[in-house]
Amino acid sequence: MTTVFGVPIQALFGQLLVGLINGSFYALLSLGLAIIFGLLNIVNFAHGAFYMLGALGAWLLLEHFGVGYWPALIISPLVVGLFGALIERTMLKRIRGLDPIYGLLLTFGLALIIQGVARNYFGVSGEPYDMPPQLTGGKNLGFMFLPNYRAWVVLVSVLLCALTWFVTERTRLGSYLRAATENPLLVQAFGINVPRLITLTYGLGVGLAALAGVMAAPIYRVSPLMGSDLIIVVFAVVVIGGMGSIFGSILTGFALGVIEGLTKVYYPEASSTVVFVIMALVLMVKPTGLFGRTA
Amino acid sequence: MRIASRLLALACLLPLAALAQGKTVKIGVLNDQSGLYTDLGGPGSVVAAKMAAEEFGNKVAGMPIEIVTADHQNKPDIASSIATKWIDVDGVDAILDVPNSGCALAVAKVVADKNKVFIDSGAATSNLTGKNCTPNTVHWTYDTWALANGTGKEVVKAGGKTWFFLTADYEFGKQLEKDTRAVVEANGGKVLGSVLHPLNASDFSSFLLQAQSSKANIIGLANAGGDTINSIKAASEFGIVAGGQKLAGLLVFLSDVHSLGLKTANGLQLTSAFYWDHDEKTRAWSKKFAAKHNGRMPTMVQAGVYAGVLHYLKAIQALKSKDDGKAVVEKMKALPTDDPLFGKGTIRADGRKIHPVYLYEVKKPSESKAPWDYYKLIREIPADQAFRPLAQGDCPLITAKK
Repeated sequence: MTTVFGVPIQALFGQLLVGLINGSFYALLSLGLAIIFGLLNIVNFAHGAFYMLGALGAWLLLEHFGVGYWPALIISPLVVGLFGALIERTMLKRIRGLDPIYGLLLTFGLALIIQGVARNYFGVSGEPYDMPPQLTGGKNLGFMFLPNYRAWVVLVSVLLCALTWFVTERTRLGSYLRAATENPLLVQAFGINVPRLITLTYGLGVGLAALAGVMAAPIYRVSPLMGSDLIIVVFAVVVIGGMGSIFGSILTGFALGVIEGLTKVYYPEASSTVVFVIMALVLMVKPTGLFGRTA
Repeated sequence: MRIASRLLALACLLPLAALAQGKTVKIGVLNDQSGLYTDLGGPGSVVAAKMAAEEFGNKVAGMPIEIVTADHQNKPDIASSIATKWIDVDGVDAILDVPNSGCALAVAKVVADKNKVFIDSGAATSNLTGKNCTPNTVHWTYDTWALANGTGKEVVKAGGKTWFFLTADYEFGKQLEKDTRAVVEANGGKVLGSVLHPLNASDFSSFLLQAQSSKANIIGLANAGGDTINSIKAASEFGIVAGGQKLAGLLVFLSDVHSLGLKTANGLQLTSAFYWDHDEKTRAWSKKFAAKHNGRMPTMVQAGVYAGVLHYLKAIQALKSKDDGKAVVEKMKALPTDDPLFGKGTIRADGRKIHPVYLYEVKKPSESKAPWDYYKLIREIPADQAFRPLAQGDCPLITAKK
């Protein structure tokens, strides 16, 4: 059998694919973060909490209203996105124009409150959430067994990333958004309601996080800590990709998933630190991140 | 005059000394209050400790009982600095629970240095009563040796001859792997390999693929809490069980099974020192506990905290004093233990609490009649076989006597 550094090539393919799957989550989450930072200049530390709320929402819908996975995929991100918009309207709006550190502190505090409340009610072990019956099972690819659900995650993630990139870079709405971040006053002078645009953008970013949460619910478990476990890695992804660069965070999300997967094969002890090592290296060479704009 | 002033100075110091020693029996529950091990111990252990104190009317040998609590965040340095502060500044007399073997070993050392009492329920490492034993430590509920001897032996006997380990990369996982490896090999099995994963890893599919390509019959999960839950979920998703390989959860708590749901967890064999639905007494106590803890049934760790506090208070009552930790632990070892959860038992010279442990299998969804009705008993491992024989532990307290 052919081997690469002592690992059979078949097994290596499997690991690459698994890395790509994890990368999908990184990409989905860092995408929302990048939008919020790029367009609103807010370092949204509550992103992990919104991701958790998305999953929790799906679980609550199923447990108390008998609403299954497919409707939850729409309802939960919508509700959490609205909640995000409410937070933008009532809190983040007030600190607009101040140093980004204020936004960071506010969202960090919010994250702690949301997680604390959830932990108080649901404990940390989490609740089980079943996979939709249409997506159970999997295919034997010869080199590995690919669960259908994971394939679905990769598919949705790629589609969403492409869609978001298209909307912000290629549509009129996207151009308004980008213009509003450059010069809100001028854009407002053209008759565009900039505050509403900002609220919508924040809601959208938050909704994306919640969607990732619903997608994650059947794979992991619905647990109040699921977001805080992930958010630090996702921040590293955004920093490596370049703060605010949508394309950069998508690409680094997938790439780091793969690198992390490979580390799990060759030196598993380092798999939880490899992302941060890369972050440190990138920051030393290119402080704005791989795809970041030079300030 | 000089003598008088010295006496006066001495008198000034007295109240301070009395304050440090205290006229309150202070019990500190130190565990993970916010991370992945919260549900197996956490606030539930505090509830259990309070229930034990209440049975004494919150008073022992004329001293009121106070229970304090702190979060060690699974970091040994934080655990040992809290223990130090508790004992030096707050006058804590006994530290309870302390899951996470790394934290437990750190706390054991602090408590021994300061001559207080350490009753561990949450940690697993058998080193607490082995090479790291102290005259101040009692290890109550279970340990890695008992788990390996229970689940490990049973699985090998049932035909699981080749093993691959998924091991949490710290003291606990490594010790559990080591103890299980010994049992597997002693019973004619073979270990094909293992992979160390970081504590609190989010995704296990990569590690499981490695286990899959090893072609071992059994994938031994030498991890706990959220890590075990995620391993089992990923294994079922990636068709590992359907492919003919079996999982052996070496440490599975009731809270883990609750989180997995019976649909995923059914058929899993596990070793536990306590199950709420064991007999009339455990049921009665557990229902009282659940009423105070959001309806959640107690895990064996929480049961161990209750029983540990109860026995500690009995020793103080017999001794009429609490300040010399070594003397209290000696008294605890001299008195036979008796509580509604673990029955009659003893504490051995190396600090190991001895009681039977049980091998359970998780029920199928159709077999479960009520909420939290999760386990069926396969076999009881009698007290004299459940734990590592005294002579094999290399505990300095025992080897020094020879």
